[in-house]
Amino acid sequence: MRSLLRLWLVAGFLAGAATAFGDASAAMSVQVKNGQIRATPSFLGKVVAPLSYGDRVQVLETRNDWMNVTGPGGQSGWVHSSALTKKKIVMSSGSQDVQTGASGDELALASKGFNSDVEADFKSKNKNVDFTWVDRMEKFKVSPQEMKEFLKDGGVKSSEGGAP
Amino acid sequence: MTSLKFQVSSFKFLALFAFLSLAVVSLVGCASVAGVVASAGQAAGVITPEQAESINKSAQAVEKTFQDITPEQEYYIGRSVAATVLVTYKPYDNKKANDYLNVLGQTLSQFGTKPETFGGYHFVLLDTDEINAFSAPGGLVMISRGMIRLCKNEDELAAVLAHEIGHVENQHGLRAIRKGRLTSALTTLALEAGKNLGGSELAQVTQAFEGSITDITGTMMNSGYARTTEFQADKSAVSIMTACGYNPAALVGMLQEMQKRWVPNGPGFGHTHPEPSVRIAEIQKQIGGASAAAEPSVRVNRFKEMMGGV
Repeated sequence: MRSLLRLWLVAGFLAGAATAFGDASAAMSVQVKNGQIRATPSFLGKVVAPLSYGDRVQVLETRNDWMNVTGPGGQSGWVHSSALTKKKIVMSSGSQDVQTGASGDELALASKGFNSDVEADFKSKNKNVDFTWVDRMEKFKVSPQEMKEFLKDGGVKSSEGGAP
Repeated sequence: MTSLKFQVSSFKFLALFAFLSLAVVSLVGCASVAGVVASAGQAAGVITPEQAESINKSAQAVEKTFQDITPEQEYYIGRSVAATVLVTYKPYDNKKANDYLNVLGQTLSQFGTKPETFGGYHFVLLDTDEINAFSAPGGLVMISRGMIRLCKNEDELAAVLAHEIGHVENQHGLRAIRKGRLTSALTTLALEAGKNLGGSELAQVTQAFEGSITDITGTMMNSGYARTTEFQADKSAVSIMTACGYNPAALVGMLQEMQKRWVPNGPGFGHTHPEPSVRIAEIQKQIGGASAAAEPSVRVNRFKEMMGGV
Protein backbone atom coordinates (compact mmCIF):
# COMPACT_ATOMS: atom_id res chain seq x y z
CA MET A 1 0.00 0.00 0.00
CA ARG A 2 2.72 2.45 1.03
CA SER A 3 4.72 1.68 -2.10
CA LEU A 4 1.65 2.34 -4.21
CA LEU A 5 1.17 5.66 -2.47
CA ARG A 6 4.79 6.52 -3.24
CA LEU A 7 4.32 5.52 -6.85
CA TRP A 8 1.26 7.70 -7.10
CA LEU A 9 3.13 10.64 -5.61
CA VAL A 10 6.03 10.14 -8.03
CA ALA A 11 3.60 9.99 -10.93
CA GLY A 12 2.01 13.23 -9.76
CA PHE A 13 5.41 14.87 -9.36
CA LEU A 14 6.47 13.83 -12.87
CA ALA A 15 3.28 15.19 -14.38
CA GLY A 16 3.80 18.44 -12.46
CA ALA A 17 7.41 18.68 -13.58
CA ALA A 18 6.36 18.20 -17.21
CA THR A 19 3.90 21.07 -16.90
CA ALA A 20 6.44 23.31 -15.20
CA PHE A 21 8.94 22.55 -17.94
CA GLY A 22 6.32 23.46 -20.55
CA ASP A 23 5.78 26.83 -18.92
CA ALA A 24 9.47 27.54 -18.55
CA SER A 25 10.18 27.09 -22.25
CA ALA A 26 7.99 30.02 -23.21
CA ALA A 27 10.04 31.11 -26.19
CA MET A 28 7.97 31.30 -29.36
CA SER A 29 8.64 32.10 -33.03
CA VAL A 30 6.98 34.65 -35.27
CA GLN A 31 5.18 32.67 -38.01
CA VAL A 32 3.98 35.56 -40.17
CA LYS A 33 5.88 37.60 -42.73
CA ASN A 34 5.45 40.91 -40.89
CA GLY A 35 4.54 40.82 -37.21
CA GLN A 36 4.03 43.67 -34.77
CA ILE A 37 4.54 44.23 -31.08
CA ARG A 38 1.75 46.51 -29.87
CA ALA A 39 1.40 48.80 -26.89
CA THR A 40 -1.92 47.25 -25.87
CA PRO A 41 -3.54 43.83 -26.42
CA SER A 42 -5.55 45.13 -29.36
CA PHE A 43 -5.16 45.36 -33.14
CA LEU A 44 -6.02 48.97 -32.84
CA GLY A 45 -3.14 49.44 -30.41
CA LYS A 46 -0.07 51.41 -31.44
CA VAL A 47 2.76 49.40 -33.01
CA VAL A 48 5.80 49.50 -30.73
CA ALA A 49 8.19 47.43 -32.86
CA PRO A 50 8.07 45.30 -36.00
CA LEU A 51 8.85 41.57 -35.95
CA SER A 52 10.20 39.44 -38.78
CA TYR A 53 9.39 35.86 -39.74
CA GLY A 54 11.36 33.48 -37.54
CA ASP A 55 12.11 36.02 -34.78
CA ARG A 56 12.11 34.48 -31.29
CA VAL A 57 10.14 36.19 -28.55
CA GLN A 58 9.91 35.47 -24.81
CA VAL A 59 6.34 35.17 -23.57
CA LEU A 60 5.84 36.90 -20.22
CA GLU A 61 2.07 36.68 -19.91
CA THR A 62 -0.97 35.43 -21.80
CA ARG A 63 -4.27 37.31 -21.79
CA ASN A 64 -7.02 35.72 -23.87
CA ASP A 65 -5.60 35.56 -27.40
CA TRP A 66 -2.84 38.05 -26.71
CA MET A 67 0.66 37.45 -25.42
CA ASN A 68 2.86 39.94 -23.62
CA VAL A 69 6.32 39.33 -25.03
CA THR A 70 9.84 40.63 -25.16
CA GLY A 71 11.13 40.84 -28.71
CA PRO A 72 14.65 40.18 -30.00
CA GLY A 73 15.46 43.89 -29.71
CA GLY A 74 14.38 43.95 -26.08
CA GLN A 75 11.07 45.78 -26.71
CA SER A 76 8.10 44.54 -24.74
CA GLY A 77 4.48 44.59 -25.76
CA TRP A 78 1.58 42.54 -27.07
CA VAL A 79 1.40 40.10 -29.98
CA HIS A 80 -1.69 38.15 -31.08
CA SER A 81 -1.24 34.41 -30.55
CA SER A 82 -2.10 33.64 -34.20
CA ALA A 83 1.21 35.28 -35.20
CA LEU A 84 3.24 32.94 -32.97
CA THR A 85 4.17 29.27 -32.95
CA LYS A 86 6.01 27.09 -30.48
CA LYS A 87 7.93 25.63 -33.42
CA LYS A 88 11.41 26.90 -33.99
CA ILE A 89 11.82 28.37 -37.44
CA VAL A 90 15.29 28.09 -38.86
CA MET A 91 16.45 30.45 -41.57
CA SER A 92 18.22 28.61 -44.34
CA SER A 93 21.49 30.20 -45.35
CA GLY A 94 21.61 32.02 -48.64
CA SER A 95 17.87 31.89 -49.11
CA GLN A 96 15.02 34.16 -48.18
CA ASP A 97 12.87 31.16 -47.63
CA VAL A 98 12.77 29.61 -44.29
CA GLN A 99 13.08 26.08 -43.07
CA THR A 100 11.05 24.85 -40.20
CA GLY A 101 13.16 23.32 -37.47
CA ALA A 102 12.81 19.61 -37.97
CA SER A 103 12.98 18.11 -34.55
CA GLY A 104 10.46 15.73 -33.04
CA ASP A 105 7.08 17.28 -32.34
CA GLU A 106 8.33 20.68 -33.44
CA LEU A 107 8.37 19.41 -36.99
CA ALA A 108 5.85 20.95 -39.32
CA LEU A 109 6.97 20.15 -42.82
CA ALA A 110 10.52 18.95 -42.68
CA SER A 111 12.65 21.34 -44.63
CA LYS A 112 11.41 23.48 -47.44
CA GLY A 113 7.81 23.12 -48.39
CA PHE A 114 5.73 24.95 -50.92
CA ASN A 115 7.88 28.02 -51.32
CA SER A 116 8.96 30.59 -53.88
CA ASP A 117 10.96 27.92 -55.78
CA VAL A 118 7.85 25.78 -56.12
CA GLU A 119 5.77 28.83 -57.08
CA ALA A 120 8.35 29.71 -59.77
CA ASP A 121 8.20 26.13 -61.07
CA PHE A 122 4.39 26.28 -61.04
CA LYS A 123 4.49 29.57 -62.98
CA SER A 124 6.82 28.17 -65.61
CA LYS A 125 4.46 25.24 -66.16
CA ASN A 126 1.30 27.37 -66.18
CA LYS A 127 2.10 30.36 -68.34
CA ASN A 128 -1.55 31.45 -68.43
CA VAL A 129 -1.58 32.02 -64.69
CA ASP A 130 -0.64 35.63 -64.02
CA PHE A 131 0.49 36.75 -60.55
CA THR A 132 0.50 40.50 -61.30
CA TRP A 133 -2.76 41.13 -59.48
CA VAL A 134 -1.89 38.80 -56.62
CA ASP A 135 1.21 40.94 -56.02
CA ARG A 136 -0.90 44.10 -56.31
CA MET A 137 -3.43 42.72 -53.82
CA GLU A 138 -0.68 42.19 -51.28
CA LYS A 139 0.14 45.88 -51.48
CA PHE A 140 -3.30 46.83 -50.15
CA LYS A 141 -2.32 47.48 -46.54
CA VAL A 142 -4.38 49.23 -43.92
CA SER A 143 -2.77 50.65 -40.77
CA PRO A 144 -4.23 50.28 -37.25
CA GLN A 145 -4.81 54.04 -37.26
CA GLU A 146 -6.87 53.85 -40.49
CA MET A 147 -8.90 50.98 -39.04
CA LYS A 148 -9.55 52.91 -35.86
CA GLU A 149 -10.69 55.98 -37.78
CA PHE A 150 -12.81 53.90 -40.15
CA LEU A 151 -14.70 52.33 -37.25
CA LYS A 152 -15.03 55.62 -35.39
CA ASP A 153 -16.19 57.63 -38.42
CA GLY A 154 -18.75 54.99 -39.33
CA GLY A 155 -20.10 54.74 -35.79
CA VAL A 156 -19.11 51.06 -35.62
CA LYS A 157 -18.66 50.20 -31.96
CA SER A 158 -16.55 47.10 -31.43
CA SER A 159 -17.21 44.98 -28.37
CA GLU A 160 -13.61 43.81 -28.04
CA GLY A 161 -10.19 44.83 -29.23
CA GLY A 162 -11.50 48.36 -29.25
CA ALA A 163 -9.64 51.58 -28.92
CA PRO A 164 -6.98 51.42 -26.21
CA MET B 1 -14.70 -1.91 7.38
CA THR B 2 -16.17 -2.71 4.03
CA SER B 3 -16.18 0.93 3.10
CA LEU B 4 -12.53 1.29 4.20
CA LYS B 5 -11.61 -1.71 2.10
CA PHE B 6 -13.40 -0.13 -0.81
CA GLN B 7 -11.47 3.11 -0.31
CA VAL B 8 -8.16 1.27 -0.23
CA SER B 9 -8.90 -0.66 -3.39
CA SER B 10 -10.15 2.43 -5.22
CA PHE B 11 -6.96 4.19 -4.13
CA LYS B 12 -4.94 1.30 -5.55
CA PHE B 13 -6.89 1.61 -8.74
CA LEU B 14 -6.18 5.35 -8.94
CA ALA B 15 -2.46 4.82 -8.42
CA LEU B 16 -2.39 2.14 -11.07
CA PHE B 17 -4.34 4.36 -13.41
CA ALA B 18 -1.91 7.25 -12.90
CA PHE B 19 1.03 4.98 -13.57
CA LEU B 20 -0.54 3.47 -16.67
CA SER B 21 -1.48 6.92 -18.02
CA LEU B 22 2.11 8.03 -17.80
CA ALA B 23 3.31 4.84 -19.43
CA VAL B 24 0.84 5.25 -22.26
CA VAL B 25 1.82 8.88 -22.79
CA SER B 26 5.48 8.00 -23.12
CA LEU B 27 4.70 5.11 -25.46
CA VAL B 28 2.59 7.23 -27.75
CA GLY B 29 5.37 9.80 -27.75
CA CYS B 30 7.88 7.54 -29.45
CA ALA B 31 6.20 4.63 -31.16
CA SER B 32 4.47 5.06 -34.48
CA VAL B 33 3.82 3.12 -37.65
CA ALA B 34 6.24 5.44 -39.38
CA GLY B 35 8.98 4.59 -36.93
CA VAL B 36 8.47 0.88 -37.57
CA VAL B 37 8.57 1.38 -41.34
CA ALA B 38 11.68 3.53 -41.18
CA SER B 39 13.60 1.12 -38.98
CA ALA B 40 12.58 -1.81 -41.18
CA GLY B 41 13.91 0.06 -44.23
CA GLN B 42 17.12 0.82 -42.44
CA ALA B 43 17.56 -2.82 -41.33
CA ALA B 44 17.06 -3.98 -44.92
CA GLY B 45 19.84 -1.63 -45.99
CA VAL B 46 17.55 0.23 -48.40
CA ILE B 47 18.00 3.57 -46.75
CA THR B 48 20.65 5.24 -44.63
CA PRO B 49 20.12 5.96 -40.93
CA GLU B 50 19.80 9.68 -41.77
CA GLN B 51 17.10 8.95 -44.31
CA ALA B 52 15.33 6.69 -41.84
CA GLU B 53 15.35 9.56 -39.39
CA SER B 54 13.92 11.87 -42.04
CA ILE B 55 11.17 9.44 -42.97
CA ASN B 56 10.33 9.08 -39.32
CA LYS B 57 9.84 12.79 -39.06
CA SER B 58 8.05 13.23 -42.37
CA ALA B 59 5.69 10.36 -41.77
CA GLN B 60 4.77 11.81 -38.40
CA ALA B 61 3.89 14.95 -40.32
CA VAL B 62 1.87 12.99 -42.86
CA GLU B 63 -0.06 11.33 -40.08
CA LYS B 64 -1.13 14.79 -38.97
CA THR B 65 -1.99 15.72 -42.60
CA PHE B 66 -2.94 19.26 -43.62
CA GLN B 67 -2.72 20.63 -40.09
CA ASP B 68 1.01 20.61 -40.58
CA ILE B 69 0.94 22.93 -43.54
CA THR B 70 2.80 25.92 -42.16
CA PRO B 71 1.39 29.44 -42.52
CA GLU B 72 4.14 30.15 -45.05
CA GLN B 73 3.11 27.18 -47.20
CA GLU B 74 -0.55 28.09 -46.83
CA TYR B 75 0.44 31.54 -48.12
CA TYR B 76 2.08 30.09 -51.24
CA ILE B 77 -0.89 27.80 -51.88
CA GLY B 78 -3.21 30.81 -51.49
CA ARG B 79 -1.25 32.94 -53.95
CA SER B 80 -1.49 30.32 -56.67
CA VAL B 81 -5.18 29.65 -55.91
CA ALA B 82 -5.93 33.37 -56.25
CA ALA B 83 -3.87 33.65 -59.44
CA THR B 84 -5.78 30.67 -60.88
CA VAL B 85 -9.18 32.18 -59.99
CA LEU B 86 -8.01 35.39 -61.70
CA VAL B 87 -7.52 33.48 -64.95
CA THR B 88 -11.30 32.94 -65.13
CA TYR B 89 -12.41 36.18 -63.44
CA LYS B 90 -10.55 39.37 -64.26
CA PRO B 91 -9.93 41.88 -61.46
CA TYR B 92 -11.93 45.10 -61.46
CA ASP B 93 -9.39 47.91 -61.47
CA ASN B 94 -11.14 50.61 -59.45
CA LYS B 95 -8.80 52.08 -56.85
CA LYS B 96 -11.46 53.83 -54.79
CA ALA B 97 -13.64 50.74 -54.52
CA ASN B 98 -10.74 48.35 -53.86
CA ASP B 99 -9.29 50.66 -51.18
CA TYR B 100 -12.63 50.83 -49.39
CA LEU B 101 -13.03 47.06 -49.70
CA ASN B 102 -9.62 46.58 -48.06
CA VAL B 103 -10.22 48.98 -45.20
CA LEU B 104 -13.50 47.25 -44.39
CA GLY B 105 -12.21 43.71 -44.97
CA GLN B 106 -8.89 44.06 -43.18
CA THR B 107 -10.59 45.73 -40.22
CA LEU B 108 -13.10 42.86 -39.99
CA SER B 109 -10.34 40.26 -40.23
CA GLN B 110 -8.80 41.59 -37.02
CA PHE B 111 -11.88 40.46 -35.12
CA GLY B 112 -11.75 36.83 -36.24
CA THR B 113 -10.06 33.84 -34.65
CA LYS B 114 -7.07 34.06 -37.00
CA PRO B 115 -6.34 37.75 -37.43
CA GLU B 116 -2.71 37.14 -38.33
CA THR B 117 -1.94 35.04 -41.36
CA PHE B 118 1.48 34.81 -43.00
CA GLY B 119 0.81 37.44 -45.67
CA GLY B 120 -2.29 39.07 -44.18
CA TYR B 121 -5.78 39.58 -45.60
CA HIS B 122 -6.17 41.37 -48.93
CA PHE B 123 -9.28 41.98 -51.01
CA VAL B 124 -10.04 42.70 -54.65
CA LEU B 125 -13.14 43.12 -56.81
CA LEU B 126 -13.80 40.84 -59.78
CA ASP B 127 -15.12 42.29 -63.02
CA THR B 128 -18.13 40.03 -63.46
CA ASP B 129 -21.90 40.33 -63.08
CA GLU B 130 -22.01 36.85 -61.63
CA ILE B 131 -22.91 36.81 -57.93
CA ASN B 132 -19.91 35.19 -56.29
CA ALA B 133 -17.00 35.52 -53.88
CA PHE B 134 -13.88 33.43 -53.35
CA SER B 135 -11.31 33.21 -50.60
CA ALA B 136 -7.91 31.66 -51.17
CA PRO B 137 -6.00 30.12 -48.24
CA GLY B 138 -4.10 32.65 -46.18
CA GLY B 139 -6.50 35.52 -46.82
CA LEU B 140 -6.68 36.56 -50.51
CA VAL B 141 -10.38 37.36 -50.94
CA MET B 142 -12.09 38.12 -54.25
CA ILE B 143 -15.62 39.57 -54.56
CA SER B 144 -17.58 39.95 -57.80
CA ARG B 145 -19.16 43.25 -58.89
CA GLY B 146 -22.45 41.34 -59.09
CA MET B 147 -22.13 40.53 -55.41
CA ILE B 148 -21.37 44.16 -54.52
CA ARG B 149 -24.48 45.36 -56.39
CA LEU B 150 -26.54 43.02 -54.25
CA CYS B 151 -25.34 44.70 -51.05
CA LYS B 152 -27.69 47.48 -50.00
CA ASN B 153 -25.28 48.95 -47.46
CA GLU B 154 -21.93 48.67 -45.68
CA ASP B 155 -23.28 46.23 -43.09
CA GLU B 156 -24.31 43.77 -45.80
CA LEU B 157 -20.95 44.10 -47.52
CA ALA B 158 -19.33 43.48 -44.12
CA ALA B 159 -21.42 40.29 -43.91
CA VAL B 160 -20.12 39.05 -47.28
CA LEU B 161 -16.51 39.79 -46.36
CA ALA B 162 -16.89 38.26 -42.88
CA HIS B 163 -18.24 35.05 -44.47
CA GLU B 164 -15.16 34.86 -46.72
CA ILE B 165 -12.85 35.58 -43.75
CA GLY B 166 -14.68 32.68 -42.06
CA HIS B 167 -13.58 30.35 -44.86
CA VAL B 168 -9.98 31.55 -44.43
CA GLU B 169 -9.80 31.21 -40.66
CA ASN B 170 -11.38 27.74 -40.75
CA GLN B 171 -8.92 26.74 -43.51
CA HIS B 172 -11.70 25.40 -45.71
CA GLY B 173 -9.54 25.73 -48.81
CA LEU B 174 -6.79 23.53 -47.39
CA ARG B 175 -9.37 20.96 -46.30
CA ALA B 176 -10.42 20.61 -49.94
CA ILE B 177 -7.01 19.17 -50.82
CA ARG B 178 -7.54 15.53 -51.72
CA LYS B 179 -6.43 13.10 -49.04
CA GLY B 180 -3.03 11.64 -49.80
CA ARG B 181 -2.14 14.45 -52.20
CA LEU B 182 0.52 15.81 -49.89
CA THR B 183 1.96 12.53 -48.70
CA SER B 184 4.48 12.04 -51.49
CA ALA B 185 5.52 15.67 -51.40
CA LEU B 186 6.07 15.58 -47.68
CA THR B 187 8.22 12.48 -47.91
CA THR B 188 10.34 14.03 -50.65
CA LEU B 189 10.72 17.19 -48.64
CA ALA B 190 11.78 15.24 -45.57
CA LEU B 191 14.34 13.22 -47.47
CA GLU B 192 15.74 16.41 -48.90
CA ALA B 193 15.83 18.25 -45.59
CA GLY B 194 18.45 20.95 -45.52
CA LYS B 195 19.24 20.68 -49.22
CA ASN B 196 18.01 22.55 -52.24
CA LEU B 197 15.55 20.42 -54.13
CA GLY B 198 16.99 18.88 -57.26
CA GLY B 199 15.10 18.83 -60.56
CA SER B 200 13.14 15.62 -60.06
CA GLU B 201 12.32 16.31 -56.41
CA LEU B 202 11.21 19.83 -57.23
CA ALA B 203 9.04 18.43 -60.03
CA GLN B 204 7.46 16.00 -57.61
CA VAL B 205 6.73 18.71 -55.06
CA THR B 206 5.40 21.03 -57.76
CA GLN B 207 3.11 18.24 -58.94
CA ALA B 208 1.65 17.92 -55.44
CA PHE B 209 1.39 21.71 -55.32
CA GLU B 210 -0.44 21.90 -58.68
CA GLY B 211 -2.75 19.11 -57.59
CA SER B 212 -3.56 20.99 -54.39
CA ILE B 213 -4.36 24.16 -56.36
CA THR B 214 -6.65 22.17 -58.68
CA ASP B 215 -8.43 20.56 -55.71
CA ILE B 216 -9.05 23.92 -54.05
CA THR B 217 -10.06 25.97 -57.12
CA GLY B 218 -12.23 23.09 -58.37
CA THR B 219 -14.09 23.03 -55.07
CA MET B 220 -14.42 26.81 -54.82
CA MET B 221 -15.48 27.45 -58.41
CA ASN B 222 -17.30 24.28 -59.44
CA SER B 223 -18.38 21.71 -56.91
CA GLY B 224 -18.73 23.98 -53.86
CA TYR B 225 -18.00 23.21 -50.23
CA ALA B 226 -20.20 20.95 -48.14
CA ARG B 227 -23.30 22.61 -46.66
CA THR B 228 -21.86 22.30 -43.16
CA THR B 229 -18.74 24.15 -44.34
CA GLU B 230 -20.86 27.07 -45.54
CA PHE B 231 -22.80 27.04 -42.27
CA GLN B 232 -19.49 27.20 -40.40
CA ALA B 233 -18.34 30.21 -42.45
CA ASP B 234 -21.69 31.91 -41.70
CA LYS B 235 -21.22 31.18 -38.02
CA SER B 236 -17.74 32.73 -38.09
CA ALA B 237 -19.18 35.71 -39.99
CA VAL B 238 -21.69 36.33 -37.20
CA SER B 239 -18.91 36.21 -34.56
CA ILE B 240 -16.64 38.53 -36.54
CA MET B 241 -19.42 41.05 -37.25
CA THR B 242 -20.56 41.06 -33.64
CA ALA B 243 -17.03 41.54 -32.29
CA CYS B 244 -16.29 44.29 -34.80
CA GLY B 245 -19.54 46.11 -34.07
CA TYR B 246 -21.65 45.36 -37.16
CA ASN B 247 -25.16 44.00 -36.79
CA PRO B 248 -25.05 40.28 -37.73
CA ALA B 249 -28.65 40.55 -38.91
CA ALA B 250 -27.16 42.16 -42.04
CA LEU B 251 -26.02 38.67 -43.06
CA VAL B 252 -29.66 37.61 -43.07
CA GLY B 253 -30.58 40.72 -45.06
CA MET B 254 -27.90 39.86 -47.61
CA LEU B 255 -29.06 36.26 -47.89
CA GLN B 256 -32.66 37.41 -48.40
CA GLU B 257 -31.45 39.37 -51.44
CA MET B 258 -29.61 36.29 -52.66
CA GLN B 259 -32.74 34.19 -52.16
CA LYS B 260 -34.60 36.47 -54.59
CA ARG B 261 -32.02 35.63 -57.24
CA TRP B 262 -31.66 32.00 -56.33
CA VAL B 263 -31.51 29.63 -59.28
CA PRO B 264 -30.72 26.09 -58.15
CA ASN B 265 -27.61 24.94 -59.97
CA GLY B 266 -27.46 28.30 -61.73
CA PRO B 267 -24.16 30.05 -62.32
CA GLY B 268 -22.18 31.42 -59.36
CA PHE B 269 -23.53 30.87 -55.86
CA GLY B 270 -26.50 28.86 -57.16
CA HIS B 271 -24.01 26.21 -58.14
CA THR B 272 -21.70 26.21 -55.17
CA HIS B 273 -23.77 27.23 -52.13
CA PRO B 274 -26.74 25.86 -50.19
CA GLU B 275 -30.04 27.67 -50.76
CA PRO B 276 -29.98 31.03 -48.90
CA SER B 277 -33.20 30.24 -46.99
CA VAL B 278 -31.53 27.18 -45.49
CA ARG B 279 -28.55 29.29 -44.44
CA ILE B 280 -30.85 31.91 -42.93
CA ALA B 281 -32.55 29.25 -40.81
CA GLU B 282 -29.14 28.10 -39.53
CA ILE B 283 -28.00 31.66 -38.75
CA GLN B 284 -31.20 32.43 -36.90
CA LYS B 285 -30.46 29.55 -34.54
CA GLN B 286 -27.39 31.60 -33.57
CA ILE B 287 -28.72 35.16 -33.53
CA GLY B 288 -32.46 34.70 -33.07
CA GLY B 289 -34.79 36.99 -34.94
CA ALA B 290 -32.62 40.13 -34.61
CA SER B 291 -33.41 42.63 -37.32
CA ALA B 292 -31.13 45.06 -39.11
CA ALA B 293 -30.88 48.48 -37.50
CA ALA B 294 -30.63 51.79 -39.33
CA GLU B 295 -27.04 52.76 -40.06
CA PRO B 296 -25.56 56.16 -39.20
CA SER B 297 -25.67 58.48 -42.22
CA VAL B 298 -21.86 58.63 -42.48
CA ARG B 299 -21.77 54.90 -43.08
CA VAL B 300 -24.62 55.04 -45.59
CA ASN B 301 -22.95 57.87 -47.49
CA ARG B 302 -19.46 56.40 -47.66
CA PHE B 303 -20.80 53.09 -48.94
CA LYS B 304 -22.72 54.92 -51.67
CA GLU B 305 -19.73 57.03 -52.57
CA MET B 306 -17.23 54.18 -52.75
CA MET B 307 -19.40 51.40 -54.16
CA GLY B 308 -22.18 53.31 -55.92
CA GLY B 309 -20.43 53.17 -59.28
CA VAL B 310 -19.54 49.48 -59.09
